[in-house]
Amino acid sequence: MIAVVDYGVGNLFSLRSSLRFLGAESCVSADAATLRAADRLILPGVGAFGDAAEKLRASGLDRVVIEEAERGKPLLGICLGMQLLFEKSEEYGEHAGLGLLHGRVVGMEGRLPPQLKIPHIGWNALHIVKPSPLLRRVREGECVYFVHSFYAEDCADSLIATAEYGRELTAVVQKGNVMGCQFHPEKSGDVGLRILRAFCEESL
Amino acid sequence: MITKRIIPCLDVKDGRVVKGVNFAGLHDVSSPVELGRYYSDSGADELVFYDITASAEGRALFTDILRQVAETIFIPLTVGGGINRIEDFDRVLKCGADKVSVNSGAIRDPSLIGEAARKYGDQCVVLSVDVKRVDGQFRVFAKGGRVDTGMEAIGWIKRCVSNGAGEVVVNSIDTDGVKRGFDLEMLAAVLDAVRVPVIASGGAGGIADFVELFQTLPTIDAGLAASIFHFGEVTIPELKRELSLHNINVRQTL
Repeated sequence: MIAVVDYGVGNLFSLRSSLRFLGAESCVSADAATLRAADRLILPGVGAFGDAAEKLRASGLDRVVIEEAERGKPLLGICLGMQLLFEKSEEYGEHAGLGLLHGRVVGMEGRLPPQLKIPHIGWNALHIVKPSPLLRRVREGECVYFVHSFYAEDCADSLIATAEYGRELTAVVQKGNVMGCQFHPEKSGDVGLRILRAFCEESL
Repeated sequence: MITKRIIPCLDVKDGRVVKGVNFAGLHDVSSPVELGRYYSDSGADELVFYDITASAEGRALFTDILRQVAETIFIPLTVGGGINRIEDFDRVLKCGADKVSVNSGAIRDPSLIGEAARKYGDQCVVLSVDVKRVDGQFRVFAKGGRVDTGMEAIGWIKRCVSNGAGEVVVNSIDTDGVKRGFDLEMLAAVLDAVRVPVIASGGAGGIADFVELFQTLPTIDAGLAASIFHFGEVTIPELKRELSLHNINVRQTL
């Protein structure tokens, strides 16, 4: 059973549909016992880092996610859910993340060539920098769908793939059982489904 | 680098696609699910479903169909048509839409975009605008391009973007249906005015028009069309192949 952590952030329709499409047994839950009983966890998220981190903490589910990840349960963060895995974010002030991965989340504003539009939105190619079980069915240069204005950096020890947008933006991270995609695999067509399938099958 | 998006637009009335076509292998050319699947498999980067139904029954059918599409097709889906209140955003987002396109609804209630952007984020809110030249000025038209609002278009677009519209679809009434190319002059004026993604609509008659669009306006993000795709005049794989040959970066599906 895959449990999608429900802490009141984002539209989970497509994520649930894609897991169902893959034949994976899944649920969306805010219940600590359900999350602890699940085989795998997905941490979704859209919106602002500070709000989301606050909601996660207020629900008490931050502790559940951290403890389950530390016990070795496969965890996949998607989009803002990936950013939350890091130590901190500089999105509108400094906010603490879950600290499961080394690194910080910073804004594109001022760090990209000025002619580039922010957010980084659309299909961009993955550049794979390190082999990972999560990307075992993905080829170099395949495109996935991004929507974000902030990105993770100083995360060399977990970096798996980047996407080029004026600079190399962190796209996929993995350190042991803790994984994350900056893009939306549930909106990235066949490539995204292959990544989700790899996560569903990941045995650790 | 980010790729240029190719976006087919499907008009849906009473749950059926209007202007259906005969593609090989498609059993039901007016089924939004089958046609959506066909376009997704051919490499469309996004789909726009435009609800042209007037009745409440038709609206319910539309959301039902949208849910079926979103359960099986995993690329971004934008929904437009009949978006007048914040409840309309709720209605379609719950059924699997990723972005909501608002046109006349924003003209009637200019606070709608800001309200929706605060609730769902800028990335969710697409301003769609029908523009036509009147007395040497770009003017905003409402009600499917039938009514001149008297508003100057570039100012309107800037205002909507500063209120939170995350993307802009510019449909030129002057070039729409003429099939002699996109309205490059109008699009250039919009690109100069805003920094959010701009999607060109109206005027595509063939592959060469997309090549011209992306070559002339390197900062345009996407090209949207309906009839040339529906009538099979242009297929998405051949369009993308040709764009690639002209060094225009597009997503290739393998």
